[in-house]
Amino acid sequence: MRPVYMISGGITKFTKANPRQSFRLMVKESFDYAMHDVPKLRHDMIDGSVVSYFSDHFTRQLMAGIMATDFLGLCPKPNKRVEGGGATGGLCFQAAWEAVASGRMNVCAAYGFETMSHVNTWKGNEFIALASDTNFDYPVGGFYSGYYAMMAVRHMYEFGTTVEQMAMVSVKNHKNALHNTWAQKHLDLTVEDVRKAPMVAYPLTLLDICTMSDGAACCLLASEEVAAKVCARPVKIIGVGCGTDAMRMADRPHGNVILLKHEEPSWYKNLKYPGVHSFRAGRMATKLAYEQAGIEQPLEDLDFVELHDAYTSSEIQTYEDMGLCRYGEGGKFIESGAPALKGKIPVNPSGGLIACGHPVGATGLMQAVFAFWQLQGAVAQHNNGDGAIQIKPKKKSRPLRGAIHSHAGTGTYVTVSIMESTQ
Amino acid sequence: MPGKEVPSGKSAAKAQTKPRYDKIKLPETDEGTMVFNLDPLIIKQHYAIDYLHSYAEDSPFFAGLAEGKLRGSECIKCHYRYATPRACCMQCGKKTKWIELPLAGRIHSWTTCYFGSEAFLKETPFNLALIEFDGINTLLLTRLIGPTQEEMRVGMKVRAKFRRNSKFDPTDVYFVPDEPVARREGAV
Repeated sequence: MRPVYMISGGITKFTKANPRQSFRLMVKESFDYAMHDVPKLRHDMIDGSVVSYFSDHFTRQLMAGIMATDFLGLCPKPNKRVEGGGATGGLCFQAAWEAVASGRMNVCAAYGFETMSHVNTWKGNEFIALASDTNFDYPVGGFYSGYYAMMAVRHMYEFGTTVEQMAMVSVKNHKNALHNTWAQKHLDLTVEDVRKAPMVAYPLTLLDICTMSDGAACCLLASEEVAAKVCARPVKIIGVGCGTDAMRMADRPHGNVILLKHEEPSWYKNLKYPGVHSFRAGRMATKLAYEQAGIEQPLEDLDFVELHDAYTSSEIQTYEDMGLCRYGEGGKFIESGAPALKGKIPVNPSGGLIACGHPVGATGLMQAVFAFWQLQGAVAQHNNGDGAIQIKPKKKSRPLRGAIHSHAGTGTYVTVSIMESTQ
Repeated sequence: MPGKEVPSGKSAAKAQTKPRYDKIKLPETDEGTMVFNLDPLIIKQHYAIDYLHSYAEDSPFFAGLAEGKLRGSECIKCHYRYATPRACCMQCGKKTKWIELPLAGRIHSWTTCYFGSEAFLKETPFNLALIEFDGINTLLLTRLIGPTQEEMRVGMKVRAKFRRNSKFDPTDVYFVPDEPVARREGAV
């Protein structure tokens, strides 16, 4: 496999509803932003593309991917759609990585979108819940916030995690987003505000849960040769990992923890894993990505993480899956301040899905774009001059390094990709 | 002159009569379009489908509910036992056989939903629960009827009840407490 670099990225500002642009024009806007940022890359140097969107119900246009592709002038070159629920964007990013790593393409564009405003929120929740087993899960009361609430309850039962700890995630991510002009929501909250918001599914309130959005995002990936030629500050993709688990949360086993390199089996002697409190797919994706990237001590070897915080509780669960703390210690981890902007390992410096929005097919690519700007040291440049959320290297001995994490279903598809600055 | 054809011979005579299709009109109807906004133009489009959904290999589970039976699966090779039936084992990929589940279990986890998908909004608030059974390796998602949010708790003993008039969907079975219920002391 050849080394792969990200050479540019672009996003539209995510909004609750963007009726003035079709999905095609949104993708075009994000693509144009990315192309503008890498002027030496000629359009004809792009060898092909991958496109991602989650739900045909939201789009109500089958084969919508090709309509985005023909708007970008990328026909008749290769293209395909990649779909895997909430991890659609992360899978798309990795599909583009595969295209370049394999030598099939020297430059591959990855773009994704979702237009969720075409139905009301309750219908949208129904469309999302159709991504659960339609024989056994959906008809019982199909509602993803309900599924995640049951995971949160079990996490609280197993480990003593509190609702206040979950609320701290919302407060942290919203505060980070106050310095991200791209974020859908700019809210300065307290733990009390989160807990007093309307209850959606106990213990999750409206402010523990991300909103639906319209938006698009685009990443341009290239071989080393092209990256060196067209991009002053390319970002190297040093590890990719993907994991899966059964569609039905009820089917999750209660077995042994899949260990990361820095973990001891004795830590988890009495833990039945993954149960419904942890994500085996997230752990598998992490393990594969860390192994490829040579990450042995995630807290030391990574400078920041952009992870899929569709729920505050799932951010806490994901700290554990990614080995930022031990299983069971996610609640204490947020309480310690470690994932804060100035903490030991900033998590979601962008504001995450909770503040930035979650137009499903674009989300995983949005995370890559935010991580790319971080690793270029270019946050302020793309953010009206505000560099407050720019992460500085933890160690001078190695380049700035970040991880992105994209997540689907009740933990059915998860991708983790590790990216590194080349400066 | 550009754009103007010069008629000649036979076709010249034809051109002087009215075109053949002049009287054809698309029938007009009274059905209008619901418009939400003019700039950009946003209209309402109805979207509904009657779907011929086959439960296929899962059919015996739903038929069983009508007989007051709860059926799960057991792998013929590794003997992993599933509370929610599946024709193939998640552990080893081999086929499973049908088994009968106990009609009593415990709450493994739960939530009370105050919002939901459109289809279930009118039923809010409702409790969802994952049920664990002795001797069975996996869980069953169900509605838990009776307790309020403050009364739900992990570990509560529960038992299955069945609709008398089956709807042939998984809500034909629901669970109720099988022990005295009181206001919960802890968070969950």
